[in-house]
Amino acid sequence: MTTATTMSPRSRRIARPLQYIALLGYVIFLGFPLLFLVLTAFKTPQELISPNPSFLPTNPNFDNFVQAIDKANLIHAAGNSLIVAVSTTVIVTLISLPAAYALARFKTKLRGVATGWILLSQVFPFILIIIPLFLVLKQIGLVDSLLGLILVYTVWSLPFALWMLQGYIAGIPIELEEAGAMDGASRIRILRVIILPLLAPGLVATSLFTFISGWNEFFFALVLIQDPALQTLPLTLARFVGAEGQVQLGQLAAASLLATIPSLVFFAIIQRRLTSGLLSGAVKG
Amino acid sequence: MTLTETPLAASPPGGTKQRKLQRRRSRGNRDAWLLMLPALVPVVLFSVYPLAQGILLGFTDAKAGLDVVTNFNGVDNYTRLAGNELFWNSFRIGLIWAFGVTILQFLASLGLALLLNLDLRFRWIARTLALVPWAMPPVVIAIMWRLMLNPTYGPINEGMRAVGLPGDVNWLGDFSTALPAVIVVGVWAGMPQTTITLLAGLQNVPTDLHEAAAIDGAGVWQRFWHVTLPALRPIIVAITTLDLIWNFNSFALVYVLTAGGPGGQTMLPMLFAYNEAFRYGNFGYAAAMGNVMVIVIAVFLFVYLRGQARSRLS
Repeated sequence: MTTATTMSPRSRRIARPLQYIALLGYVIFLGFPLLFLVLTAFKTPQELISPNPSFLPTNPNFDNFVQAIDKANLIHAAGNSLIVAVSTTVIVTLISLPAAYALARFKTKLRGVATGWILLSQVFPFILIIIPLFLVLKQIGLVDSLLGLILVYTVWSLPFALWMLQGYIAGIPIELEEAGAMDGASRIRILRVIILPLLAPGLVATSLFTFISGWNEFFFALVLIQDPALQTLPLTLARFVGAEGQVQLGQLAAASLLATIPSLVFFAIIQRRLTSGLLSGAVKG
Repeated sequence: MTLTETPLAASPPGGTKQRKLQRRRSRGNRDAWLLMLPALVPVVLFSVYPLAQGILLGFTDAKAGLDVVTNFNGVDNYTRLAGNELFWNSFRIGLIWAFGVTILQFLASLGLALLLNLDLRFRWIARTLALVPWAMPPVVIAIMWRLMLNPTYGPINEGMRAVGLPGDVNWLGDFSTALPAVIVVGVWAGMPQTTITLLAGLQNVPTDLHEAAAIDGAGVWQRFWHVTLPALRPIIVAITTLDLIWNFNSFALVYVLTAGGPGGQTMLPMLFAYNEAFRYGNFGYAAAMGNVMVIVIAVFLFVYLRGQARSRLS
């Protein structure tokens, strides 16, 4: 079943059609909801409440998108999301880069502690972290502020970014650095000239991954942001859900699509890198 | 930083003195600390400290609001919790959700990974689609499935009507269907990580093992059972463990899908604790719930991982 070459021709003739049917089943399960979301975004309110809704929009137009942007204040919320996600990405990348290098190259006790923490931080339910964090942030006036949210996202995405990055660094042969040292290059120079170019794809993947997590995050934002002017995109969308009637489903779908576009684009760019990076991180750890 | 002054610890040819090695090691230690520091400070301040504080809060009567005095109250929260039927019910729902999603997700992802590992035409479509949920915000996934499951407009009821089944099921609003429906959405949302991880594992299964087994007359099913699965085992253990933790702690998806309704039928422990903390302001009590969740998940992981380690040794 794993490789086609090890199958007898007869069993292959029986198995192939079944395999294609199964593949089709997966494509429908995974793809149909997406298709339906897109189609809904292009339907008119009349179509949505009609007793026999047609599957395809009869008169596709961008009305829903325009109205959703207008009404739900999407642009403003997207701006907030962008500020938070980009700042988080920059900070996380800057502080995790040296730490990941240390984790990958120095075999100290720190390595074990850090790895333990990275794993442990996945196990604890957010509720345990968010209550005291909420109290601390309140004391220093960072509840209901984008800065507070950036801080929380930084800490929250750091373990994973570190894990991915150290995997990429461990994948770069240490002999390259040693050769550089033999030639009398300083450590900074070795890092800049030898390591950084080789690390670039991994760095891009890690930072885009951090960006997407920040862009998509909901729970911390829900707890920390109350001011409507500071709402991020997921918060705005979730609030939209409560107020939806049958008539507004189109706008809701349109707004959801708009909110997904940035991460989808980024994802398309890094698709391959991301998966290979995750794996090397897992294997080399 | 002091990086420029420290030459790289390249291994010199020939005999090194013990002391020199030691000095280099301690310098390496210092460098490692310096490099880790920028990451360490925020993690300690905003992750380790709050976590420790959170665990402690679970033993207090902390409440939201100004000038509320917080006192330690020992195990009061836990004796109260023990008698809180709503919480245990939510716990039971949380376990059904976490195990249901993890197991179904694993089976569905294994099937898909096996298919993607074959040389099928059009498999790139399934491969791309399998990654998409990863890029979508959980809130959007929830909105999308609310459309799918909408009692009047949704295509699922539409399809059921078309084949003559009762097509007016209120999937997310009915006591009997809400939890299964939410579990299906959970499976959809979590397919990417599991599929990709298993696919990578499959690609690492040595082909010569398969060929040897085939020559010995092993059928497709036997080869899957005796060659592929054992080779995949470490990866299966790792990904199901992670999935279980993630699912048990998940929040956004169900919050937007049902907000815990109808009548608490989908009230996952995270939602329950969130309401307790940020709707009713009972911080200490909610933190105690968090502590109970940690202990339960830790026990499950311990039993599962030890069982796996044992059976690998034997």
